[in-house]
Formats: sequence, C-alpha cells, structure tokens
Amino acid sequence: MDKKTKIVEVKNLGMIYHTLSGETEAIKDINFEIYEGEIVGIVGPSGCGKSTLLSIIAGLLSPTRGKVLINGKKVEGPSKDIGYMFQKDHLFEWRTILENVLLGLEIHSKVDRDSKEIAEHMLDTYGLKDFKNNYPRQLSGGMRQRAALIRTLIVEPSLLLLDEPFSALDYQTRLAISDEVGIILKNEKKTALLVTHDISEAISLSDRIIILTNRPATIKDIITIDLTCTDGVWSPIKCREAPEFRHYFNKIWKELDVHVQ
Amino acid sequence: MSNRNISKEHIMFLKQDRKRKRTILLSQISILILGLILWEVAARFNWIDSFLTSHPSQIWNLFMEYTKNGDLFYHVGISVFETVVGFLAGTILGIVVAIGLWWSDFWAKVLAPYLVVLNSLPKTALAPIIIIWVGAGYSGIIVTAISVSIVVTIMNMFVSFISIDEDKIKLLETFGASKFQVLKKVILPHSVPALMATLKVNIGLSWVGVIVGEFLVSKAGIGYLIVYGGQVFSLDLVMMSVFILSIISAIMYKGIALIENKFVKWHD
Repeated sequence: MDKKTKIVEVKNLGMIYHTLSGETEAIKDINFEIYEGEIVGIVGPSGCGKSTLLSIIAGLLSPTRGKVLINGKKVEGPSKDIGYMFQKDHLFEWRTILENVLLGLEIHSKVDRDSKEIAEHMLDTYGLKDFKNNYPRQLSGGMRQRAALIRTLIVEPSLLLLDEPFSALDYQTRLAISDEVGIILKNEKKTALLVTHDISEAISLSDRIIILTNRPATIKDIITIDLTCTDGVWSPIKCREAPEFRHYFNKIWKELDVHVQ
Repeated sequence: MSNRNISKEHIMFLKQDRKRKRTILLSQISILILGLILWEVAARFNWIDSFLTSHPSQIWNLFMEYTKNGDLFYHVGISVFETVVGFLAGTILGIVVAIGLWWSDFWAKVLAPYLVVLNSLPKTALAPIIIIWVGAGYSGIIVTAISVSIVVTIMNMFVSFISIDEDKIKLLETFGASKFQVLKKVILPHSVPALMATLKVNIGLSWVGVIVGEFLVSKAGIGYLIVYGGQVFSLDLVMMSVFILSIISAIMYKGIALIENKFVKWHD
C-alpha cells in the first residue's frame, strides 16, 4: 500500500464543560488520525460526547487539553478546510436551492460565473437540475439533504464532518441517501468523519470505525472494516450483504456494551 | 397546471369555493350598507338623537364640503405625514436597537427588565412629557408616535432574532462567517416574517401615537378635527374624521400586506 497523507491528527484531546451545577468531563485522551480519502465512522453510546468531538475538530469549540491538526496546521477556529453536515439540512427557506448551495462561497466571497457553473453542474449531476430555482419547502427530505451535501462539497473542504446526517430522514430515504452520499464521497475522493448511532450505517460507509466509551468519552477500540463487496461498482448498500458484515456488527455491538436501564 | 386534465368534480369543487368566497364578500358589504341605512333611517325617524349620533347623509355632506374647500386634504395630509414618519422612524430605530441587543448578550441581559417595564407601560401616558420636552408641534407628535411603536418593535424583532435554530448559525460559522455575515445572511432574512407582522402592528400603533399627540397639542390633523368636533359638539365632524381615519389606516395595512406578499414568496 502506498504511503498515505495524514489529513487529521487528534492529539491527547480533552474537554471539560463548566456549568453552574459543576463541571463535566465530556471527552478524555482522544488520539487518532485520518488519512486522505478515508471515511472514518464514530460510534458510541448516546450523549457520550461525539458532537463535542466534532465541534472541536471543526474549530467551533476550543479543547481544554490537547490539539487537533488538519493538514499539519493547528485548528484554532473555523476554517475553509472543513465542511460540516448536520442532522437537519438547514437549507435556508428564503433562498432557492441554487442560492443555498452557493452560501459557503458567498461567505468566502467567491461567487462568480465559474463557481455558479460548478454549482449548476453539481446540481445536475446529483439529480437536482429541475429544482435549482425552487425553494427548499418544495423538495423532499432526501433531495434537501442532497442539496445540503452539495452546499458542503462545493467549497472543497479537505475534511467533511458528518454529524448524524441521515438521522432526521425516514428509514427508506435514509438508506437511499446514505448510499448516495457514500458513493458521492468515494467518487469525489473525500475524507470524512461520520458520527452516527446506526451501527449498520457506520459499517457500510466507513473504512475504519472508532468506538467511544461512555462519558467521559475515550477511545475503546478502532476497527478496520474490510468488506468483500467488490463485484461491480462499490456501494454502501451492496456492502451490507458482505459476509463479514454480521461479524463486524456483533463485534461493535458487544464493544458498545449497551445496557438499557 | 393544465386545464385539460381537470375532472368535472374538480370544476364543481372550484365553483363551490368561488361561490363561498363571493357569498362571504357579499355578506360583508351587506352588513356595512344595512348598518348605514339603519343608522340613517333611525336618525330620520328620530328613534335616535341625531345631535348625539349624527347620520350618514349629514356626514357625507360635510365630507363633500371639506373636500371642496380642501380642508380635508390639509388635515389628512398632516396626520398621514406624522404617522408615516413616526412609523418609519419607530420601526427602523426599533430594529437597530434589537440588532444591538442581539449583538451584545451583556446589554440584552442588562436592559431586559427596563424593556419589560416599558413594554407593559401604556406609552400614551408619556405623551404629555414628550410634548413638553420635544415641543408642541409636529416633532412632539412624531416622537409620541415613535414611542408607541418602538418598544414593541424591539421586543418582537429581538425575540425573532434569538428564536433561530442555533445550528443554522453554526453552519455559517463552519464556513468561517463573521458575526456581521451571520446577521446579514441568516438572522435578518429569517426575521422578515416577524418584521412584516411588526409592521402591521406598528401602523396601528403609530396612528394611536399621532391621534393622541394631536388630541393634546395640534392645530391641524385628523386628531385635531376629532377633538375640535367634540368640543363644539359637531358629531358630524367627529364621525367623518373617524371614518376617514379607519379607511386610511386600512389602506396602509393593506399596503403592507401587499409588500409582504411580494417579498416573502418562500413563506406560505
């Protein structure tokens, strides 16, 4: 295997929240790397600090301890290197789909004829051609999430942070969109960090999966996913049929050690 | 949608809907006309004392007289001018203050109790003070109008500013947006519907301020006509002024509704 470039390095990360009722240690001693072109999944018990971790990597929160390096540079605030996808699409209702997609470029004041053409081209490619002048409320949940993905991709971030991006969708749309997004990410050779509570989703999309413990979240295990789903075109849905899938599922399920009280 | 594929049932449905709307409009107009006729008849047959109630034909005659000698346009013009200036200034200042409060969480917290008190205070109680301080002319009346609408504007707009989904702001921040960009790209557009609702309220409130101000000091304007009419017991004049007032404020309200339809296409 050829030598891969490190996109993200997370070093000794720790975060403590202060509230009037006391302090809470959200995450502790987190260390991992993400290489170029990789999709890394993060699973963990609910409320364990996954979102905190993403916010720190995105530069929206500063950690109490440790640091995050992106392309070798320390993260000290939000930067263009990072694209963030939320649970909800957060398309602005007052903007058309095309205007929504151009939002990030607008903030960087990079909207010109070329970038508009790229936006239209991406909308065409991902099946939103006829909807570019529509308002978000006229689109289905899946289409909206696709538009949100284009909005994130068009600023060409080196790292995509996906914060449970499909969990607001109904199950069927969710399967279809996670499949599409997976294919898009691989096609565009994007590096991504995917937080999810859906184990199957994590296995089908990720190259590696980081398992976090309960709060304060530490890394319990990092599993490399190697599914034999090579016949024809790669797709997350097909990968769910790989014989190893069940094995990974059970392993992660055991490690998560879920107890319903 | 093409007309070709519409079924008979659908045509019936549309017809019935149109019919219902027509009936509603017709009933609305009938109530007005019947009321006016009843009023006129009651006054003519002395069922009511027309010295105290006036009656439509007399109001109409007075209206024609005021229109011919131009007095009407003079008084209406002054009041409309005061209202529009007060309305615009109250709204704009209110929005500016609301933006300031959104910008500085500290000042929003510091000023909160004052706003609550000011909001519950009937602003017309301040009118005499304002008129003494600012002067017994247009300026005093305009400032009174501003004082009535500004606090509501601040409260409504501020509440709308902070009601936005935090993740929408977070989204802009991940793109590296500055605070000013957050304001411009998300906070303000998000608050357009709230602004429109506030404008509709403010038109009425500005009229309250202007009429109260004119009651107190003016030598001209619709409020002046009402007070003057009351003092000389000319109920014709009072009634005419009230009618004109309701028509003009309704037109202004409608104007804002039209602006709303034009600008808030994305909102149904």
